[in-house]
Amino acid sequence: MNSLDLITKLLAATLAMGTSLTYATLGEVFTEKSGVLNLGLEGTMLMGALSGFAVTFHTQSLMLGVIIAMLTGGLFSLIHAFLTISLRSNQVVTGLSITMFGTGLANFLGKRLGPVENNLNLVGLNLAAKFENIQIPLLHKIPVIGAFFDVSILTYLLYILLPLSWYFMYKTKHGLTLRSVGEAPRTAAAMGINVNKTRYIYTVLGGFFAGVGGAALSLSFTPSWNDSMTGGIGWIAIALVIFSAWNPARVAIGTLVFGGITSLQFFLQAAGFKMVIPVQFLAIAPYFITVVTLIIMTINSIKNKGSFASPSALGTPFAIDEK
Amino acid sequence: MEKTLVVEMKNITKRFPGVVANEDVTLQLHKGEVLALLGENGAGKSTLMNMLVGLYRPDEGEIYVNGKHVIINSPQDSMALGIGMIHQEFMLVGNLTVAENIILGLKDLPTVPPISEINEKIIELSKKYDLKVDPTRLVETLTVGEQQRVEILKLLYRGADILILDEPTAVLTPKESQELNKILKKMLSEGKSAIFITHKMIEVLEFSETLMVLRKGKCVGIKPTASIKELSEIANLMVGRPVLFELEKGPFKPGKVRVELKNVSVNSKTHTRKTLDSISFTIRSGEILGIAGVAGNGQQPLSEVITGLMRVNSGSIIIDGEDYTNKTPLQIIKAGVSHIPADRGRMGIVGDMSVGENLSMKKYRTQELSNHHMINKSKVRQFASNLIQKFVIKTPTQFTSAKFLSGGNIQKTILAREINSCKGILIAVYPSRGLDVGAIESVRQNIIAQRDRGSAVLLVSEELDELRTVCDRIAVMFEGRIMDIMDAQDASTEKIGLLMAGVERSEECDS
Ligand SMILES: Nc1ncnc2c1ncn2[C@@H]1O[C@H](COP(=O)(O)OP(=O)(O)OP(=O)(O)O)[C@@H](O)[C@H]1O
Ligand SMILES: [Mg+2]
Repeated sequence: MNSLDLITKLLAATLAMGTSLTYATLGEVFTEKSGVLNLGLEGTMLMGALSGFAVTFHTQSLMLGVIIAMLTGGLFSLIHAFLTISLRSNQVVTGLSITMFGTGLANFLGKRLGPVENNLNLVGLNLAAKFENIQIPLLHKIPVIGAFFDVSILTYLLYILLPLSWYFMYKTKHGLTLRSVGEAPRTAAAMGINVNKTRYIYTVLGGFFAGVGGAALSLSFTPSWNDSMTGGIGWIAIALVIFSAWNPARVAIGTLVFGGITSLQFFLQAAGFKMVIPVQFLAIAPYFITVVTLIIMTINSIKNKGSFASPSALGTPFAIDEK
Repeated sequence: MEKTLVVEMKNITKRFPGVVANEDVTLQLHKGEVLALLGENGAGKSTLMNMLVGLYRPDEGEIYVNGKHVIINSPQDSMALGIGMIHQEFMLVGNLTVAENIILGLKDLPTVPPISEINEKIIELSKKYDLKVDPTRLVETLTVGEQQRVEILKLLYRGADILILDEPTAVLTPKESQELNKILKKMLSEGKSAIFITHKMIEVLEFSETLMVLRKGKCVGIKPTASIKELSEIANLMVGRPVLFELEKGPFKPGKVRVELKNVSVNSKTHTRKTLDSISFTIRSGEILGIAGVAGNGQQPLSEVITGLMRVNSGSIIIDGEDYTNKTPLQIIKAGVSHIPADRGRMGIVGDMSVGENLSMKKYRTQELSNHHMINKSKVRQFASNLIQKFVIKTPTQFTSAKFLSGGNIQKTILAREINSCKGILIAVYPSRGLDVGAIESVRQNIIAQRDRGSAVLLVSEELDELRTVCDRIAVMFEGRIMDIMDAQDASTEKIGLLMAGVERSEECDS
């Protein structure tokens, strides 16, 4: 295998594994931009993965699976929105509870929604069909770049969603509303914007994305259901939101870096590097490198701008007659 | 001739936990008229106006706009009625551009706002009203004066007919205030009506046809402005007792040098000229050194280098004979320096903490309020209630969150804490901004009392009157340099004015 081939393979693996992460990160960017921190991402994604898998398993319809996963994610975020926006509960605590609840419920339902033949268990079953890679004629043959044109429909969709999200956020009036609500809610309210409604919308939107992100795992990347199969992707997504400085255009960079390191780690393990470097170290490498990159990024952004790019009102509830 | 009513607020009552902010207030605004709304800090002026723009809802009472009974549930509703407000605290989003701030929340905006068209329209408006501002700049990079212009542009762009201006000149320099006043006159000449809140009597006389005074939430008088013969009349009405416009000041007896700056320079990140350019002066104990100058000429950086909030590039700062150049704020506080910062919203107060906690913030580590790492709650309570009384801070209780206080009372909280904890050196930046007449007098008196007790005081101010009555010596700053330092009695308005404008002191002038 020559080195070009190797890089192409690596990129392909990165794209496959980064898809779910990108959906979740992009969704969280929207949510956090409105001032709501949703730490329930991990649990929400897991619910998305489960519901998507269960529906597709029983109906054979991938499309229906993704839609149900999306709605489930939205529903879970709606709980978060209701608790934190309407009832003004602490966003961190609420998010953590949602993750625990979602993880528990998904693992529980995973043993209840399966076919009778398998004792109602979904674990260990395969799908009749998964989201297959679609090759774009000619383009997919180009070395390295070709990997971008040999991915599943869910990944192709991201090619549209990422630039569209950026455009939406920085060029449309809805994006303007969104940014002002997360930055200066009182000002937004004084300008006639319904702050809490806006926050509801983008928290639920973030949930839609997280649900699809979950489904991207269980219907495409590893088409199966396993307990806690998200394996911390929800948490990585939250870190990558910071990495992307809350800008949709930079989400892809973060997910490519993280996805790339993770895939590289698999490659190195497969190539026998575990003799030289202990496998445990290889396994923590992606997380470790993410932490290091985050530190460097943060230091850089503090140096350059003097302030951190996070939405100023992130994590704080809002009521019009309070200050 | 009976003029038509544009706004009528009838028997309005608004209660907050622990306070009645407005009680049975009735307000009438006629077409083309300016109504000055006056009152002490915490009298309920902002609250009353916030009900008119839908930020708060009245507990009792009714609002009529153009003769129709209306229920204003949100700012959206008030905008639809043609009401626009400039709030006491800026309502701007720092990391959006000027144009984005101006169009924010507009209902009839296309999904993708045509930014270049909007920019043009803004430029046109700013030409018409002489409001220079670049629509593509980020708001956080603007000076306070420019930000205020953006606030006005917001009103103009939306075509509001009923303007509510809540202390629009409180944070402006005298020159900026004059410009603003000109613009307001122009807007009024176009038939708009306005409610104008201010603590500056001159503006009341210059602008308003009618004045209305609130005291402790109740309306205590409505008069035609023309009927006012003496300023003290209004002040008495506001405070409910005669206000003394005289300060007691002991004789000038300077002691040893407490603070010395030697050639202090700070390079600017954005300009080639230095933020501070070889600043040298001394402040002795028992002395108040005033810093005059148009805002933005280095006064704020000057106060920040002394208090350790900004690093100097060269030169040295000596406090009581020891070198304190580029030391941390904590080390400098320990050396006895107190600071009343200009940016009080950000640096002065922790909004979510109680008034009492905010007051004790500089002292809770000391024996006075704590023993062996444990804060002595009863001592803190005692300490806080003393300060609340001494500085007449209007707060329901000392346990109320500081953010719920009125603008002026937040100021007083900071002043009380800093003046109280002053151990000999006080750096006060625009201490009387946003205060009512009574409070200004008491703040000035407190600063002078510090000096009479032997403290060294640096007072940054834009009001020449304040500088001349309070200070012993006055330094004038221009573009980061000190143009001259003179005795307060020698400081004539023309002399300071020229120096503030950057005109060097020539030899002839001197003799
Ligand atoms: N959201 C709120 N919650 C609780 N109390 C409040 C709130 N807003 C205002 N108050 C209280 O209502 C009273 C009136 O405040 P208001 O801001 O109207 O005063 P003001 O006349 O504008 O004073 P200033 O000249 O200092 O701005 C004050 O005692 C204040 O503490
Ligand atoms: Mg006010």
